[in-house]
Amino acid sequence: MAHILQLLYLIAAVTFMLGLKMLSKPDTARRGNLIAAVGMTIAIFATIFIYRDANGNHLKNLLFIFAALIIGSIIGYVMAKKVQMTAMPQMVSFFNGMGGACAAIISVIEFGHLSHLNSGGHSEAFTDKIFIILAGLIIGSVSFTGSMVAYGKLEGKINDFHVKGQQFINIGLLLAILISSILFGVEFLQGMEWFYVILVLSVLYGLLFVFPIGGADMPVVISLLNSFTGIAAACGGFLYDNYVMLIGGILVGSAGTILTVAMCKAMNRSLTNVLVGNFGGGATSSASAGAQGSTKEITLSDASVLMKYAKKVVIVPGYGLAVAQAQHVCHELETILEEEGVQVKYAIHPVAGRMPGHMNVLLAESNVSYDKLVEMDDINPEFNTTDVVLVVGANDVVNPAAKTDPNSPIYGMPILEVENAKNIIILKRSMKAGYAGIDNDLFYRPKTFMLFGDAKDSLTKLVTEIKNS
Amino acid sequence: MLEFIHNHIQLIYLVILMIFVGIELISHVPSVLHTPLMSGANAIHGVVIIGAIIVMGQAEETLHMILGFVAVVLGTLNVVGGFVVTDRMLEMFKKKK
Repeated sequence: MAHILQLLYLIAAVTFMLGLKMLSKPDTARRGNLIAAVGMTIAIFATIFIYRDANGNHLKNLLFIFAALIIGSIIGYVMAKKVQMTAMPQMVSFFNGMGGACAAIISVIEFGHLSHLNSGGHSEAFTDKIFIILAGLIIGSVSFTGSMVAYGKLEGKINDFHVKGQQFINIGLLLAILISSILFGVEFLQGMEWFYVILVLSVLYGLLFVFPIGGADMPVVISLLNSFTGIAAACGGFLYDNYVMLIGGILVGSAGTILTVAMCKAMNRSLTNVLVGNFGGGATSSASAGAQGSTKEITLSDASVLMKYAKKVVIVPGYGLAVAQAQHVCHELETILEEEGVQVKYAIHPVAGRMPGHMNVLLAESNVSYDKLVEMDDINPEFNTTDVVLVVGANDVVNPAAKTDPNSPIYGMPILEVENAKNIIILKRSMKAGYAGIDNDLFYRPKTFMLFGDAKDSLTKLVTEIKNS
Repeated sequence: MLEFIHNHIQLIYLVILMIFVGIELISHVPSVLHTPLMSGANAIHGVVIIGAIIVMGQAEETLHMILGFVAVVLGTLNVVGGFVVTDRMLEMFKKKK
């Protein structure tokens, strides 16, 4: 029977690799996800029915295991089905935290077994296992509390929060965790209560680590914590000599790290910069002094005429679109303009919204064909020939200061060069700065017109206006 | 340290290989798919649930039973929620003719 278990684990491991591979292409992505899900199901049921411990015993408590599986499945399914498309990033963060907590609990229980075995004195099994258990504990709990804070922040339940010198507190805490783990692992610290001290420190570190990071950087943090949980899962692979846990965990750990780096690159910032330097906080000092002057407002009818008689309109969606739930009416505007013979495209900045690809997901929800979603590098040369750019709730990703002002905190971040278009209409609720907390010189340019109001509201009015005129 | 490496040498080779496979698999992803990919990867690390099942299946003390039960519930949340959310995102990527 053990052979069959190994074979089934092998199949599961292959589906994970295949699934990830297919997830990286639009045409196969959905099937890739399903394949990985099937592999996971196989691995779970194989474990329940075929797994035997070193002494050949089957697993017990099957009734409870099934009860837990059913409860988890129902809650998970309902949450995942009910969540609004705009709230996807925090949902991913939440589920990630659950995985982290799961890994941490496994470590706690395994430590219970280990300290029980060890009560008779020093054993070799202790040194062999303790570091893996500690790694699972620390990484799992940091991932859990960190993800929960990220979730809370994106839900708007937790505000940015940092005390002076918090970096030093965090570094100190991290050192304390590492040092006490090593000392505990080599049995210099004898008391078993040290294990729980390390647990508390890790939980605390997860909180303090994410608290000061600004909302705009949450995607990077979520992606990083995602790869953390992967590594925590891989620790289980070492504990149980379980290849599928190891493969699944390390795959996500390494892929997640690459994804994190790719996200940082899109913002032209290093990972350390994201984690240590607080973006929103220190930025105000360098708000460009030149960005003064007056903005011009545009009336609804002027805006509609401008777009209706344009040849080419590019829509730049941002987080404001997500907040206002304006994706459907945005698609409606696109359809109406196309009926009028206007060419409409969407310019997607890699970090628009709260997560890379966030805008794509939202717009796809309202049936915008993804041929119309053009990535930054492809759309930038097209702005020269664009008659109207409609910026819907985006700000920092169209701020020319990123190219021109070396003092700007976003200097060097690649942007959508909308300033090259003939007309720019900005849909915005107020003149409030974007996430980076800096003024946007674009708003004061002669070609720029402001249309204040809720994005959904303004777009709806624009659609009616174009229909009626 | 050396002993640990000796005891787990196969696993360690596997870790190194998987790091490269992970990097290779992801390196050419269009940014359109970043969010679904992160979400799919999130579901895959739910494989930690296997550890939770094993722990639960071997639990004898009440405390371990309770903790194991919680761990299986949380792990299932990660797996089921992760795959369903990813599917919902990808469902919307239908190509229009």
